[in-house]
Amino acid sequence: MSDIKLKIIDREGVLHEVDAPTDMNMNLMEVVRSYELAPEGTIGICGGMAMCASCQCYVLSDHQLPEKSDDEEAMLSEAFFVKNNSRLGCQIHMTDDLDGLEVELAPAED
Amino acid sequence: MIKTDILIIGAGPTGLFAVFEAGLLQLKCHLIDALPQPGGQCSEIYPKKPIYDIPGYPEVLAGELIDNLMEQIKPFQPGFTLGERAETIDKLDDGTFVVTTNKGTKHHAPVVAIAGGLGSFEPRKPILDNLAKYEDNGVAYMIKEPEMYRGKKVLIAGGGDSALDWSIFLADIADEVTLVHRRNEFRGALDSVEKVQHLKNQGKINLMTPSEVAGLHGKKTLEKVTVQNVDTLEETEVAVDHFIPLFGLSPKLGPIADWGLEIEKNAIKVDNSYDYQTNIPGIYAIGDVNTYRGKLKLILCGFHEATLMCQSAYQRIYPDKKYVMKYTTVGGVTGFDGSKKEAPKAVVKSID
Repeated sequence: MSDIKLKIIDREGVLHEVDAPTDMNMNLMEVVRSYELAPEGTIGICGGMAMCASCQCYVLSDHQLPEKSDDEEAMLSEAFFVKNNSRLGCQIHMTDDLDGLEVELAPAED
Repeated sequence: MIKTDILIIGAGPTGLFAVFEAGLLQLKCHLIDALPQPGGQCSEIYPKKPIYDIPGYPEVLAGELIDNLMEQIKPFQPGFTLGERAETIDKLDDGTFVVTTNKGTKHHAPVVAIAGGLGSFEPRKPILDNLAKYEDNGVAYMIKEPEMYRGKKVLIAGGGDSALDWSIFLADIADEVTLVHRRNEFRGALDSVEKVQHLKNQGKINLMTPSEVAGLHGKKTLEKVTVQNVDTLEETEVAVDHFIPLFGLSPKLGPIADWGLEIEKNAIKVDNSYDYQTNIPGIYAIGDVNTYRGKLKLILCGFHEATLMCQSAYQRIYPDKKYVMKYTTVGGVTGFDGSKKEAPKAVVKSID
């Protein structure tokens, strides 16, 4: 069992420091859901296929993240509230080098 | 008025399978869905994605699963009201229900099963200050009658198949077609992308990328829009009669949320210790739309919930009839269309 520490700012602006396992094949969206940092039904709507943008977040720390896939790039191009540091949480897998990652959840679409 | 035994709201995998289980009990079903085709998310969002956890199928495409379910329920002749959203529900004095859609279609049934998944799919609207003012005054989220754009100036925004396909289609009808997308790359069928390229070269489509619509203007109806290049931030004003943002669909629980059902975590609370009935007797909720302790939003769980719901619905409709569940291997499947499927009889032959 290995855990990394994440800082996640929820949609209300509250900072949460959480532990995320790296050995459970989890992504950031699932970590957010497991801690219920956003209401069910408002995050991870497509289940993690990069087909909705309900798990969009802004990456605040300067961690080196894997490149965006074409699917993620395309979805972000149609999402709202997109910034240069926007990523889809479901495409960010929990790995040891993400220890200390800091992200902020983007607003819900409505 | 459409009459049926079980009115199913939502034609996704769970709703479709409920038709089969109801059919085994000789109960007729009718389904309402806001989308124009059955299958729910499986058809709308990920028809080409493989699913690996349907029991007995090591791998099946979501679209294939829906085709199979439609084939499986065909003998039970389900009715469909597609492209309409269930809007209101009224309980009559005799305990039966009338469900009316947004287009006024009325459905009457003693049992209502909500299999609405994440809700009905509504168009995603861009975030623009005065968007609501121009809705139906130049702004539309879907194209119902292409003829109304004849000779008009139309601006379409979006980067997927529907934006591409409608731009191509309207290029022949409208006076001017402008396609705005935030990236240079489009996500659509290669054929459509090439056609748009061709029409752009011919000057029939005015392509503005990487750009987005940043403002809407006009006294009462839409007259022009501001298009901003997302790289250079340079703004261009484009005179238009119509602005059609095509940013896909997102699910909303919608009017069902106001039916007096107990809602928790954007889902409907049900009795999972028995029959998936809601707090209103006669209304059930099955599949992704319901919630209970330990709920998993899996298709296979929806199938199970649909099966138990049908047993309870049968008892509700025929309280005095005695019935025990019969295996399809024993009873076969007798369709309402007169078809009959059953296990072939074993051959009895002596060996000399």
